[in-house]
Amino acid sequence: MLLSIVSYGLALGAVYALIGITYNVMFAASRVFSFTAGTVGMLGGVIGALLINRLGLPVALGFLLTLGAGAGLGIITEMVTVRPVLKSLDQHLYVLSTLAFALMLQQLTAIEWSTEPQPFPRLLPFGPGIFDQQFWLPMLACGVTIAGLEWLYRHTLVGRAFLAIAEDNYAARALGLPEQGLRIASYALAGMIGTLAGFSSGEMMLAYFGNGPLLNFYGFVPVALGGMGSNRGAVAGGLALGLFQQTANFLVGGIFASVAIFVVFIIVLLVRPEGFAGAAPARRV
Amino acid sequence: MNDGATGPLASAGRTRFGRLEAHLPSVLLAAVGAALPLIGDAYLGVIATRAAIYWVLVSGLNLVVGFAGQIAIGWVALLTLGAYATSVLSAGTVLPEVSPFLALLAAGLLGAIFGVIIGLPALRLRTFYFAMTTLGFATIVTQVALAWKSVTGGGVGVPGPVFAWPFASPWGFYYFCLGLAVIATWMTTNIAASRFGRSLVAIRDAEVAAEAVGIHKPSLLVTVFLFSGAVAAIAGGLFASLQSYITPDAFTFDLSVLFFIAILIGGRGSILGPLLGTIILTALPEFAAPLVAWSTFLYAVLLLVIVLAVPGGIADLLDYKNRRPLQRHREIRPQPALLAHIMPHSEQANLLRLEHLTLSFGGVRAIDGVELEIKAGEVHGLIGPNGSGKTTTLNVICGYYPPQHGLVRLNDKVLGPAAPHTRARHRIARTFQTPRLVGAASVLENVMIGGTTAGRASFVEALLSLPRQHRDEQQARAAAMAALAAVGLDQLALVRADRLQHSELRFVEIARALMSRPLFLLLDEPAAGLTVDEIKRLGALIVTISRQGTGVLLVEHHADMIFDICDRVTVLNLGKVLASGTPAEIRGHREVINAYLGA
Repeated sequence: MLLSIVSYGLALGAVYALIGITYNVMFAASRVFSFTAGTVGMLGGVIGALLINRLGLPVALGFLLTLGAGAGLGIITEMVTVRPVLKSLDQHLYVLSTLAFALMLQQLTAIEWSTEPQPFPRLLPFGPGIFDQQFWLPMLACGVTIAGLEWLYRHTLVGRAFLAIAEDNYAARALGLPEQGLRIASYALAGMIGTLAGFSSGEMMLAYFGNGPLLNFYGFVPVALGGMGSNRGAVAGGLALGLFQQTANFLVGGIFASVAIFVVFIIVLLVRPEGFAGAAPARRV
Repeated sequence: MNDGATGPLASAGRTRFGRLEAHLPSVLLAAVGAALPLIGDAYLGVIATRAAIYWVLVSGLNLVVGFAGQIAIGWVALLTLGAYATSVLSAGTVLPEVSPFLALLAAGLLGAIFGVIIGLPALRLRTFYFAMTTLGFATIVTQVALAWKSVTGGGVGVPGPVFAWPFASPWGFYYFCLGLAVIATWMTTNIAASRFGRSLVAIRDAEVAAEAVGIHKPSLLVTVFLFSGAVAAIAGGLFASLQSYITPDAFTFDLSVLFFIAILIGGRGSILGPLLGTIILTALPEFAAPLVAWSTFLYAVLLLVIVLAVPGGIADLLDYKNRRPLQRHREIRPQPALLAHIMPHSEQANLLRLEHLTLSFGGVRAIDGVELEIKAGEVHGLIGPNGSGKTTTLNVICGYYPPQHGLVRLNDKVLGPAAPHTRARHRIARTFQTPRLVGAASVLENVMIGGTTAGRASFVEALLSLPRQHRDEQQARAAAMAALAAVGLDQLALVRADRLQHSELRFVEIARALMSRPLFLLLDEPAAGLTVDEIKRLGALIVTISRQGTGVLLVEHHADMIFDICDRVTVLNLGKVLASGTPAEIRGHREVINAYLGA
């Protein structure tokens, strides 16, 4: 029983962590929190099931196409909901525009796909068990993503340009970095990470339109608590959240687990609005 | 300006006709609503009842979202709470049975409490975080309703309350809801036209300036959350009665979206706009049956279009008066002689002292042991190169930054650090380097915001439009008009502030600062961007203000102006006081010439 709590909790935590990273990648490129993070996560599962189960594509092809769809959604998010409101970042219009786009995607899924959870295909031909692929696939996806991002940011020129933009947008533009191109690339990357989260956890969470708001919230919790922009914080926070949720689910029941997480989330943020790792902005006026 | 158009100054027209015109659309809507049963269509009645109920909730939420600018997207949580509270209390399954009317009242009280709880994060958190927490509440409340079977009946649900005669029939109940909707409209219109409405908009669009004029954001927001939570829960009770049977399924997030989007479509800072938005969004899917499944999708599309294309919403489209062209080549001609009307001459020997102020940002010492004395009746110039700590000094005086060492003393009182909203009560006023005004509000309203601390009527008095509230408004309006006349902008009083030229905005800020009849006035580069003539007139105005007994601290780069009008000048360099003395002494000071003035 313990083993099943741990494996399920870590798998769920890995999904939360991936959604948290999705938030981070978009935030780093534009200082925008986007409501689409959890929605692309949900779509990862739905598009995967659509391509492989309904259209009968091979798993590998379905996977690649899903990631491609994620990248496309990321680019549309940037073009339609972020770029037009970037000029007036202080008015926080992005909260509304990304919310609107996320709602559109979610409603479209509910109407055109289904409002009921649909089965997601088994990706690898192995049998079930405690070490079942539905548990370790999300963890693997999370590990690969983190390693890939570390490599990208530390060892490639493009990655360093991403970091420069995240650190100081104006200075990066003054250096001649193609800020807009990098932002689009970041959103495409974020879309791929989001759909990867949904795809790798498809068997566990099913292809269900209701996963969107859920992932939005539980993916945001570790990022907010860890401090915006920190991927390691998102992973640590995400895994801890997944484990806590499963343990509480088992011990006291799901609703109290949700309430407990929510209460902790609010109290921590009220005490430290910048999260555990973040620093408070020094100047206001 | 009509009732809905952009801003708390609903009654900008001071004539009786102006006020009538302002309320005409709402009155017409109420009349149409009252006449609706004549059509006799029962289905239409249900839709109209629903729209009235939604509006009761939206009217309160409008103060939170449209006026205060807080992105509360999960307000359906309070509807749920109110619905269950009213149903359970009037059914008597848990507590002794009470009349549905009492139950509705109790739900309102409960809603007020939970409104504050849900709103609490807004006092500390940034927009997206707050949006997320309200979203979380909306999810949690539904889950709790599902799980708490002994009270809510779980997924099976509970029957809604039935209101007794004369509200038992469908049309009777409709009139009940319509009546409450009219009251809600009346109350929020009153708030919008009061200093509370202006303060909320100031928090939304110019938070820093709002603090400087003495608006305490936390207490104001808590008050609004109390009201908004109460009406939302009451709407919930009505909703339960209309549904006649409620389950957690009835309270989808889609409803929250509807409430929220109705406000944004209507336009922020308006009452009529969101009212029309609510009616349209409630009715639209009903009259186009195939659209029902797509309604939330369409709301979302509408939201996106509004945000990207018409950020002002319906209210902006209705605001025809602010599309009339303004006179071009306007000149600002202050009338310093009129100052005596707003700030009587004072002989008090007030003294503002900075004692050894020190503040570092990271490794940079922004100010380092600054000592300064500003006396009543004097203009004190504060000059120095860029980055020498002038604005930081101002910000420490005003309480935006707590100093690491040192004190700010007004006469013998030490001013509390990190409490900018307390400065207005000590009658210390300021302007900002870049004018911080509410662009969507009229010039007059912007200036009236400066008189916030003079208001005596409480929120409840404003809500009910009681006599003290009327007195407050009359006094504030008269004082603001006098201040505008003194700075030479009375002709533009009713124009939206964002239509003014930059130089005019600077004078609006001074007028706003004068509203508190300041003992000390801190001006941060008031002459930046002004023409030579305007600078001369500004100088004369500043001198007159100081001769009325106000101490003026003038941060400026125009050396001519400084040496013309200042009684004393202090020079900062690298955060330290380099020199202090009369203009003549400073002009000849060798180090000052080297560091700043140049030969």
